Amino acid sequence: MNAAARPLGGGRRLPLSWLGVVPFFIYVGIFLLLPTGIILAGSLVAPDGSISLSNFAGINQPYMFKSFTGSLEISSVSSILGAIFGALLAYAVATGNPKGFLRRSVMSAAGVVAQFGGVTLTFAFVATIGTEGFVYLWLKDRGIEMYPNGVWFFDLPGLTLIYLYFQIPLMVLVFIPALDGIRPQWREATESLGGNAWHYWRYVAGPLLFPSFLGCTLLLFANAFSAYATANALLTQGGVILPLQVQALLTSETGSSSPGLAKALALAMIAVVLIVMSVYALLQRRTSQWLR
Amino acid sequence: MNWHRFHRLVFAAATVIVVAACGSTSTAGATDWSKQTSASGGGGMDALVAAAKAEGKLTVIALPPDWANYGAIISGFKAKYGIDITSLNPNGSSQDEVNAFDGTSRAPDVVDVGQAVALANTAKFAPYQVKEWNDIPGGAKEATGLWYNDYGGYMGIGYDSTKVPAITSVQDLLGSAFKSKVALAGDPTKSNQGLNGVIMASVANGGSLDDVSKGVDFFKQLKQKGNYVPVVGTAATVKSGQTPVLFEWDYLSASHGKDVPTWKIFVPSNAIIGGYYSQAINKQAPHPAAARLWEEYLYSDEGQNLWLKGGARPVRQAVMTAAGTVDATAAAKLPAVPGTPQVPSGDQTSKASQYVVANWSAAVA
Amino acid sequence: MTGARRVRLQILRAVIFLFAAAFFLVPIGAMFEFSTRGIGVTAPRTLSAWAAIPSTPELATAITASLELAAITSIMMLALLLPTMVWVRLRLQGLNRIIEFICLMPLTVPAIALVVGIKPLYIWISLNFTDSILALAFGYLILVLPYAYRSLDAGLAAIDLKTLTEAARSLGAGWGTVMLRVVVPNMPSAILNASLLSASLVLGEYTFANLLNYENLQVAIQYVSLVSAGTSIAVAVASLLFAFVLLMILSFAGGRLQVRSPRGRA
Repeated sequence: MNAAARPLGGGRRLPLSWLGVVPFFIYVGIFLLLPTGIILAGSLVAPDGSISLSNFAGINQPYMFKSFTGSLEISSVSSILGAIFGALLAYAVATGNPKGFLRRSVMSAAGVVAQFGGVTLTFAFVATIGTEGFVYLWLKDRGIEMYPNGVWFFDLPGLTLIYLYFQIPLMVLVFIPALDGIRPQWREATESLGGNAWHYWRYVAGPLLFPSFLGCTLLLFANAFSAYATANALLTQGGVILPLQVQALLTSETGSSSPGLAKALALAMIAVVLIVMSVYALLQRRTSQWLR
Repeated sequence: MNWHRFHRLVFAAATVIVVAACGSTSTAGATDWSKQTSASGGGGMDALVAAAKAEGKLTVIALPPDWANYGAIISGFKAKYGIDITSLNPNGSSQDEVNAFDGTSRAPDVVDVGQAVALANTAKFAPYQVKEWNDIPGGAKEATGLWYNDYGGYMGIGYDSTKVPAITSVQDLLGSAFKSKVALAGDPTKSNQGLNGVIMASVANGGSLDDVSKGVDFFKQLKQKGNYVPVVGTAATVKSGQTPVLFEWDYLSASHGKDVPTWKIFVPSNAIIGGYYSQAINKQAPHPAAARLWEEYLYSDEGQNLWLKGGARPVRQAVMTAAGTVDATAAAKLPAVPGTPQVPSGDQTSKASQYVVANWSAAVA
Repeated sequence: MTGARRVRLQILRAVIFLFAAAFFLVPIGAMFEFSTRGIGVTAPRTLSAWAAIPSTPELATAITASLELAAITSIMMLALLLPTMVWVRLRLQGLNRIIEFICLMPLTVPAIALVVGIKPLYIWISLNFTDSILALAFGYLILVLPYAYRSLDAGLAAIDLKTLTEAARSLGAGWGTVMLRVVVPNMPSAILNASLLSASLVLGEYTFANLLNYENLQVAIQYVSLVSAGTSIAVAVASLLFAFVLLMILSFAGGRLQVRSPRGRA
């Protein structure tokens, strides 16, 4: 095939182009879409074995709603805060020596900590700022009471703080390639036109980075939304967030295990993220119109 | 050829052939251990041991090493029979155990599950009766051997005596000395242990096995007073002092003694809630002979005494005490049980669970 | 960059790193401190909790299995995802959103629910193909999709893919050469980060392996972590350190992907 003679656009490319994505779709079809289909099928089976939508009706209960709002709250707050602090940290790293030891160690540490969670992460935090934690006691000795109005650590605020521990490194890792793409020419251009740092960030670098920033925030949202191992270890207060409900319904040993309802909940979670994704897509289209 | 030598040759050859044939039938052909309902039915204990050794492996699940001394039981079995044990999902719940029956060669052979899960999953078990079958009381086993109680204990309140005053009743926990100190060892909406803790609190506060609402109310009060710590109690949280008061099965509480020498256990005399776990064999066990040998080991005097050492009350304890085969020192270390225990039935547990699932997070979150 | 601005930047960076170090290292320090405690309040520090770790049954097998899985998953991820993403960006922009959503889906559902859906598939694989733990790589690839996609996407967005590929193709390069010698060297940090995230996910993954009855690293150490309170925390810290060292090694290897000098800083 003479590559130079073949145009990149136009021609009879449509049927052949689709071949390029076939391997991806085959793989994803078998290992992701098929299991999702199995979950969907399971959610349509009532406890007595008949096909019905009763499992979805089971979501309509007060303590389920509470789980929904709890999950949405934690996921939104930890993803936005994690995105902001993570972007700051990523900036600090990206502006250093790309081959330096600092960058390597921060990247590696971020890779490790981004996947850290569960019982031991919870323990680490409780040992630090729990009611017997040494930071809490150290502050108390100096007259600073961290929990004047009750121990917020054991409520959603505390869980959000713990979530930041793996949200921030995740943001650093997925956002840094975007920061690496910033060119010095942009800064020079701004300055040669008489702009200062504020102009640079507000009108040049900011809008260019915003689509990536938004995409990374979405990732953080989904990450927090489905994380349960950490909450599972911290809270014995029932299913305060959705994944805990799903887990309880799948693995309860007190006889209230209900796989059908668990699957319905899982589908509901997918639906929520779909909605969030649509909002994100809308925002993205608005802000990156002039980029494409 | 010399006739005499020929005779000897033929005789030797015949012997070899016969021995080989006998050897192969005893390990592969005649006894299908997955169908045997007792050791004697398959040719006796020796045949069982030989078949198990031939299988060479056993897969167990959800047996943490410090849970009722399972660590020692597993190493004891390995040492006695030379059979390798793979221990899956040590932190798993009873439901996890049954969910792991997937028909592959990696599935667990035997399970140790709570009452509710045992009753709900009898279709997945293979019936088997250990040698000491008659020592197990009638109410503690399924008639054909699908499941049978192995050990149990009572719900207690473990506490570090250097951090809180001695506990003499459940209501003591509402006092100001217990601020941010009281925890559960599991989430009552999904953990059997957590649920029984709430049931115990209910019975101690005027409720009953049929009425768990008083227990939920009690924890609500604990939370309002600031005494309740919603962290899951583990060995680490006990050792670090985050959960100095913990609602836990007494045999599990006993294991904290090695981290906190001043750990004591209190079982309220007006609310002795007992809970027994049950053994069962996977119908599609990848190693059926090893599975059955494991059960024989667990119910032998050696196995039962190892459980006793772990602070649990093995199901054959009464019989063994009468026969004098019980480990007396271990038995003496068990917390005194000042009264008659009550054991929630399957129905009572389900009802309690439904109430807790619907009302717990509103009470304590 | 002017001198004053450089100084301001360095101060800002120092402040950020200070806060970050405090936030991330202090809890790990607390874990390490706890794992070296003796019994009782006045007991001396001890490493006995750490000494229990090498006695984990099957530890060597589990570590090897997890390392192999990490390598296989990362390679499969790059081989499957990168060409697809490049292709979609160049030729099939309409599919962009769909691919993005598919790559986000594994994160929308808690792992335990996903396992329920994928379990029948794995039972089929076990009974008809292989019992090997390496079959987990297929499932792990799904789990790393969200992170890998986002990382590679940020990298692809930062380069002018269309111009680069057009130039290479017009000079006679085949698609293989375009991918290996044009696209990959221009997004070293994205590829490295995607691999770091994948490797770290596989090393820390517990739920899939556990519920599918495989024994990977996290499952193997779970058992010994329950021996005592100190060991459970020592095991977690050891696991973090192990993954950290591994990723550092990986990042040095990734340095070779970078052909030219750094592309630019803000």
